[in-house]
This record gives sequence, C-alpha cells and structure tokens, in this order.
Amino acid sequence: MEWFDSGWGLSLVVFSPLVGALALLAVPKKDEETAKWLALLASGVSLFFAVVAAFRFDFGEAGALQFGTKLNWIPAIGSDYEIGIDGISLPLLVLSAAVVVLSIVYSWDHWPEPHNPRGFLILILFLATGMAGTFVAQDLVLFFIFFELVLLPMYFMIGIWGDKTKIKLPGFSREVETRLYASIKFFLFTLFGSAFMLLGFLALNFRGGSFSIPELAQMGADGQFTGTFAFLVFGALFLGFAVKVPMWPLHTWLPDAHTAAPTVGSVLLAAILLKLGSYGFIRIAIPILPQEAKSWAPAIAILAVIAIVYGSLACLAQTDMKRLIAFSSVGHMGFVMLGISTLTPVGITAAVIGMVAHGVITGMLFFLAGSMQHRYHTREMARLGGNLKLMPILGGMLGFTAMASLGLPGLAGFWGEFMALLGSYQPLDGLSLGVFRTAMVIGAIGTVLTAGYLLWMLQKVNLGEPKAEWDGHDFHDVDRFEMAAWVPLLISIVAIGVYPKIITGAANDAVQSLMDKAF
Amino acid sequence: MFDYHALAPDFIVAATVLAVLGADLFLPKERKWLAAVLGILGLTVALIPIATLAASDDSLRSMMGGSYVVDDFALVLKVFFILTGYVVLLMSVAYLESDRYYQGEYYFLVLASLLGGMVMASSRDLITLFVGLELVSGPAFLLAGWKKADARSNEAALKFFIIGVLSAAILLYGMSLVYGMTGSLSFDGIGEASASVAEEPVFVLGILLVLVGFGFKVSAVPFHFWAPDTYEGAPTPVTAYLSVGSKAAGFVGMLLVSYVAFAGAPDIWGPALWILAALSMIVGNLVALRQENIVRLLAYSSIAHAGFMLVPFAAAGLVEGQDLNQAFEATVSYVLIYGIMNLGAFAVVIAAARRTGSGQIRDWTGLGSYAPGISILLTIFFFSLAGIPPLAGWYAKFVMFLAVLQNANGWTIALAAIAAVNAVVALYYYARVVQTVWMDPAPQRLPVDPDPSGIAPSLALAFGLLAIGVIVVGVFPEAIGQFAKAASFIAGG
Repeated sequence: MEWFDSGWGLSLVVFSPLVGALALLAVPKKDEETAKWLALLASGVSLFFAVVAAFRFDFGEAGALQFGTKLNWIPAIGSDYEIGIDGISLPLLVLSAAVVVLSIVYSWDHWPEPHNPRGFLILILFLATGMAGTFVAQDLVLFFIFFELVLLPMYFMIGIWGDKTKIKLPGFSREVETRLYASIKFFLFTLFGSAFMLLGFLALNFRGGSFSIPELAQMGADGQFTGTFAFLVFGALFLGFAVKVPMWPLHTWLPDAHTAAPTVGSVLLAAILLKLGSYGFIRIAIPILPQEAKSWAPAIAILAVIAIVYGSLACLAQTDMKRLIAFSSVGHMGFVMLGISTLTPVGITAAVIGMVAHGVITGMLFFLAGSMQHRYHTREMARLGGNLKLMPILGGMLGFTAMASLGLPGLAGFWGEFMALLGSYQPLDGLSLGVFRTAMVIGAIGTVLTAGYLLWMLQKVNLGEPKAEWDGHDFHDVDRFEMAAWVPLLISIVAIGVYPKIITGAANDAVQSLMDKAF
Repeated sequence: MFDYHALAPDFIVAATVLAVLGADLFLPKERKWLAAVLGILGLTVALIPIATLAASDDSLRSMMGGSYVVDDFALVLKVFFILTGYVVLLMSVAYLESDRYYQGEYYFLVLASLLGGMVMASSRDLITLFVGLELVSGPAFLLAGWKKADARSNEAALKFFIIGVLSAAILLYGMSLVYGMTGSLSFDGIGEASASVAEEPVFVLGILLVLVGFGFKVSAVPFHFWAPDTYEGAPTPVTAYLSVGSKAAGFVGMLLVSYVAFAGAPDIWGPALWILAALSMIVGNLVALRQENIVRLLAYSSIAHAGFMLVPFAAAGLVEGQDLNQAFEATVSYVLIYGIMNLGAFAVVIAAARRTGSGQIRDWTGLGSYAPGISILLTIFFFSLAGIPPLAGWYAKFVMFLAVLQNANGWTIALAAIAAVNAVVALYYYARVVQTVWMDPAPQRLPVDPDPSGIAPSLALAFGLLAIGVIVVGVFPEAIGQFAKAASFIAGG
C-alpha cells in the first residue's frame, strides 16, 4: 500500500468522481441506467478509498498530515499540488464521500424536473471532486480552485432543477422564478467572498513567500504575520469563509438557495458545502494568523450567538418546512463558529464534531423534507399535519432526526452544542471572559429556542390529524431507495451520539497539536 | 546586418500574404476557401523557424542598430499572433462561404494585419513600432466594413477609421515630442536620456499622448467609445480579431513603451494608467450589465478586460522599487489567456447566432435544450471570461492580483479592491447569458437549423481547440506562466 500512502489514495478519492463525470459525458443521454450505475461506481470508488484512508489512518499521529504528497504544479507562481489529511480533515472527507454516494442512491428514482439524470449526475460528481479536494488541499491556490469548483455545479443544480414557483422581489416589477433568483444570488455572494479570500491568500504569499498551508502555519506560529497587514488579511479571509458558513449577517443567500434547490442540492449544500467555510477557519485562518484570530475572536463569538438566536427566531416565523430547516442551519453553524471562536481545543473539537453532526442530521432533514414535498406537493406546514399517521416510518424518522437536531443527549447533535458552550466558559487565555460567558449564556438560551422551533415543527407536521384535503390520497411510505440512502445516516446519528470518539478520536489530537503550534 | 534566421518567421508570413493574394486570382469561385488553407499552411511553416529560434542558444538577435530585435518576448508574441490568425481564419471560412464575398482579399487583409502584430513584437524603436501598428490597423479598417451593403458595417468601418486615424495622429505627435526631448528614437536611447528630461513638461506630455494613442487601440475608457459600435457592425470573425489581435497589438505597444522606453519614468505613466485601469473596469462592466446584444456585451466585456490588463501597469508605476518583471509577466499572461478565451467566446457566438438566427440574448432562451454542444462550449468560455476556476480565466486574474498586491501601497490595494468587486459584477452578466441558455424555457417554435448536417467543420475545429486550451491552461497554467516569464526579461531595459 505504499502507493496509497504517497498521495495516490487521496487523489483517487478526489478525482474518481471527476473521471466518472467525464465518462458520463460519453454515455448517450437516453441510456439512464448506465449513467446511474457509472455515477454510483465513480462515487463508490471515491468512498471506498476514503474509508481505506480512515482505516489506514495512524490515529497516534492524528496531528500530522498523512497520505500526503507534494508535486510541482505551477512553479511560475510557486504553487504545488500539495495534499494530505490530518484528524480534522479525515471525518469531513469521509462524510463528503459518503453523502455523495447516498445522494446518488436517493436520486435513483427521484429525479427532479426537468428530469435529465445524466446532467444531474455529472453535476453531483463535479461537486464531489470540489468538496473532497477542499478537504485534502494543503496549498492555498489548490484550496482556492477546489473551493470555487463547487460553485458552477451548485449554480446549475439550483438554476435548472430548482423550484419554479414565482416570487415577487422588492424593487422589481416582474415576478421571477425562485430558482433563477436563488442560483445567481448564491453565486454572487460566494464569489464576492472568495474574491477577497483570494486577495488574502496572495497577501500571505507575499509575506511568507509560499502558498503551502503547513509552511505558512509554521511561519504564523513563529509570529511572522503581525500588525495591520495581518489584521487586514484575516479580515479578507474572514469575509470569504464567513459567506460560505454562512455567518450572520452574510447568510441571506442560504435560505433562498436551500429552499430553491432540488432535494439532493439542499442535502449537499447543507451537509458539505457550508463546512468548507468553517473548515477554512480551522485549517487556514487560525493556524496562519493566530494572533489576529485572537483579536477577531470576540467579534466572531458575538456574530455566532447572534446567528444562533436569529436563526432560531427566524425558524419560528417560517411557514415553509424547507425554509425552516434552512434557517436552522444558520443557528447550528452559529454553534460551530462559537466553538471555533473560543480558540480552545475543546471548542474547535466541538466545531469539528458539530460540523459532521450537522452534516448528517441536516442532510437527513432535507432528504425527509424533499420526500415529503414529493408526496404532498407542498412544503406549507399549515397544510401538512398528521404525517405520522399517513406515513408512519417517514414520520418516525422525521421525529427522530428532529430530536437529534435539537441536541438530545445520546444523539449526534448533542456533542457539538454542548462542547461549544463548554469551550466558551473557558476560552483561550487573554480573550475576554465577559464576552464569552455572556455568549455561553445566550447560546444556552439558543438551545432552548432550537428545541422550541423543532418541536413546534414536529407538532405542526407530524402530529395531529391529517388535513381533510388528503382524504383518499394513498401515500406510499418510505421506498427502498430512500431506505438505502437514509438508514446509514440514521445509524451514524446514533453512533456519533453514543460514541463520539468516532470523530474526536481523530480530531482531538489534531486540534490539540494545531492549537499547541499556534498559541 | 540581416539575420535571416531571425527574420524568417516574418518573411514567411509576408510571402504567405502575397501568395494568398496571388492565388485568389486563379482560384475558381467555389474553391476560394483554398486561399484560407494556403494562409493556414503559411502560418504553420512560419512556426518552424520560431521553434528553431527558441531552441537556439542565441536568445537575443538584434538587427538594424537595435531597431528590430528577436528575443523571447518577440517570439512568444509572434506565436500568439500566428495562433490568433489560425483561429480567425478557421472562423472566417464558414462565415464567408455563406455569402461568397471577396474571400481571397479578406484572407489577405487578415494575414497582413497579423504581420503588423509580428513586426510590432520585434520593434524596438518608435518608427518601427508605429509602422507595425499601422500595418495592424490599416487592413482592420477595411475588414470592419466588409459587408459593404450593410449600413451598420459601414458605420463600424467609418467610426473605426476616423478614430484610428485620430489616435495615430495623437500617438505620432506624442512620439515626436519624446524624440524632440530625448533626441533618440530607440527605446534604449529614450530610456537612457529620460532621466535628464523626466521633469520637463513637454516630455511628460509626450508620454501621456503616446499612452492616449495606445489607449484608443486597447479600447480603454475613456477612449473606448468606438469599440461597441465597431464590434457590433463588423462581421463577427473580424470583431473577434479586433478584440483579440488588434487589442493585443495595442498592448504590445503599451508594454514596450512603458516598460522599456519609459522605464525611467514610471511615476508619470503609473498614475495615468491607474486611472485608465479603474475606469475601464468600472465603466466596461457596468455598461455591459445593460446590454441586450451579445456582441455589444462582449464589446463592453473586452473593455473591462482591458482594464484588468492595465492593472499591473498601474502597480508597476506606483510602487517604488516594484519588480517590473512581475507586472510585465502578469499583463503578458493575461493577454495570452484572454486571447484564447475571447476568441472562443466569439467562435461560439457565431455558432449560436447562426443556430438561433439572432444576436439578441433574449432570443437564445432554451438553447441548451436544442443545441447542447454549443451551449456547453458557451458556458465554458463565458465562465472562463468571468474567471471561475478551473477554467483558464482564473489564472489571468490571479497573476493580475499577484502583480498588483506585491509590495502593495494604498493605491494598489484600492485598485485591487476595485478589480475584485468588478470581477463579481462581471460574473453577473456572463451568468445572465448562461442562464438564458440553460434555465429559461425554449420558445414554442424552435428556430430552423440552417445547417442540419451540423456546424461547419472549420468552426467546430476552432472552438474545439480553444475549449481544450481553456481547460488545459486552467488546470495546468504553468505553460502560460513559462511563456510569460520568458517574455518578461526585457522589462526595465
């Protein structure tokens, strides 16, 4: 397995979906079966090697980069094909490969209009390469390319297969379809952020003379980046990552994009794409600019708690089920960012586990919401109700996942919230205790609000008697493709909940060594 | 005196120009496309001495007292002009075949204009530079008015001609002032003498007038107003040539005078080009947002791109002790990549306009559903122009930012921020076209396909090659990076 450890393994994880996408271009459009199997194969290969990586991963050395390589890529600007994973990237890499496979399985029989499975699968596979690549890249330029690679497929996925309901925008005379508005809004917001992120990367390169993330992190730890320069660079990186997370007040693209996207698009967006932002903070912004992270931390903490409270309150105002779940993401990512802002091992480990947990839970919620919309042809919670009676299995799963989402101990969602609050009780030395303890209290209230809106949603959607309009409708409960896609997610919700070491086993040491280096 | 090896590429192209004109006399009407084939063959032969020159150890061949030089910069740009010629000829064949209209003369003019670009790349004094520039422009005036029965084409040619002559006059006047102050025509001589006259207002005026002259050529705001009308009225392959070949020639001139001749006076041209860069980006992009016609949209987009290409100049001129090579390299990389993707965009626009029978963006709704091939290529080229990775455009913007942020000061950071915001604005109008093509519903009655047997093979070849180029350069930008690096050593004298 020498070849695997020397970069080929990770490259296969990243690029086999891309190869699959190119192969799909050669498949005739009519031949849907071949297209589906080919896509499944390509994403399966990716997942297989991601799992192999997890098994071969040396957990004793979780803080070091493993399976890495460094090859010449663009010597003209001093950028290399430098990849590798540590204990922080590993769980996210496996998560992203797995969610892609599950999305393809789910799609098998659930193609959004206008059909065209081949095109849809090509986009999923492109996304897969971009997401996996972001988690393995150890070079800023490479990271940037992968980070941007997800934009186009998601733009097309929302814009072509998205929601065709017309909405009236303030300031425009004509109505516009939701998908068109949401897709371009997503694109522009993210590109705006990443344009500034790129400026930050370049600035780092001028001071540090390198694009290599480990090398820059070493320089950052030695205190090479200081002063106004570093403050501005952190600000530029902050803008890029914060749009992606998304942090309040840069979140406004998210509810639109999530609501308009087809089911699989929402799932991938929530489960993986949002993590690219928070991962960027942990991998790039904090290790390279630790001192600046310290001066920005209180601001991040404040924005994070605003997001928690705002997200929860906004949820209570929603009538659309998918939009409610979208806003819940704002709140949950607020906990992730709160954990990161404490700059402590506990807080950042909380962020990692919170990211994975949010990925499986919210991914699952979007799957469920999508399937319900598929059956009821509406997302209006006022018209739903008694779902548990009409579809006991689906309803049960919804109840279970909502419980996980509200942070019930024993399920995956608990650890991220709990540890983030724990971390903010005792943030890194030198950070204002007042700010972080206040944040902790508000965050704790946020957990109550979270429970509130999720229970409120369950009550509206799941409980009670079915509405009269559904009389005589025969709803088929969970079908086999849905089952195949969802059971692994449900199992991992329980598994992470009762045995969080699956994630922390790798992440803990990696975070510890990262923090030791930086501070 | 003459190094025939070094002059061989230019001689071969010159011979090709004459051969095409001669062959046209004997070719029967239905075989006129053979003139284009002859032109392509001639351009290919011209690549051979370029390859041997690049491989030879003697990397600097100077002739005629240093007026005419063949170095790596000249070679890279000559290859660029030859390849541009390839693509323009390929695009033109199908376009001209449809109405069989003075084809032989057309190819002759395209090749003659290219030869001008090749001469400019080698020129190292003001006269040679000016002669080269006029050789680029003269045939281009005629080409713009090629559809002589079409009022718009006439308007295009007339506007282009009047502005072209005006800008040549301004340029020449500026050159005469520079010559008067420094007593030298050669760039090296001007560079040496400039230190003693840098404070003289007349010398400053001379530099500024030269820059204004080239500003017209590269269509930088506020000297851009001819471009949209000319681009719209001219036959589309000619527009492609104007927006790439002619613009690149303008940049060759600008690079040479700024970095070589006026290398000692960056504090004069730096601020001036800062203003041109900022205005071109802002005005070009904002006006492009409102365009309904695809060619006008690309015209404004090319104005905005000229702004991006000028950004490194401003950085080089405004920062003390700036590494001129880096800025030079950035602009060269940008020009090369822009050439590939903009030619591609025009090639695909020709195909799409033919398929839909319209150049209005709103008539392209749902093109993706009935012409997916064209639509995929359109998506690739437009998003490459927008600078979305992994398509080639990202690298152009990347090196531009790299150059402007090195040794940054307040002015360059401000310019970088303007460029960053403009990159986002630009995405909006490129994405709008893509949205129309893929996301809006197709019309009830599809336009009749003018060529049911498929797109003309020459056109398909043109954009096939360009699409591969855009993707390969986007994933492995090293090739362009090396070319630009090789070209950049002349900066700073």
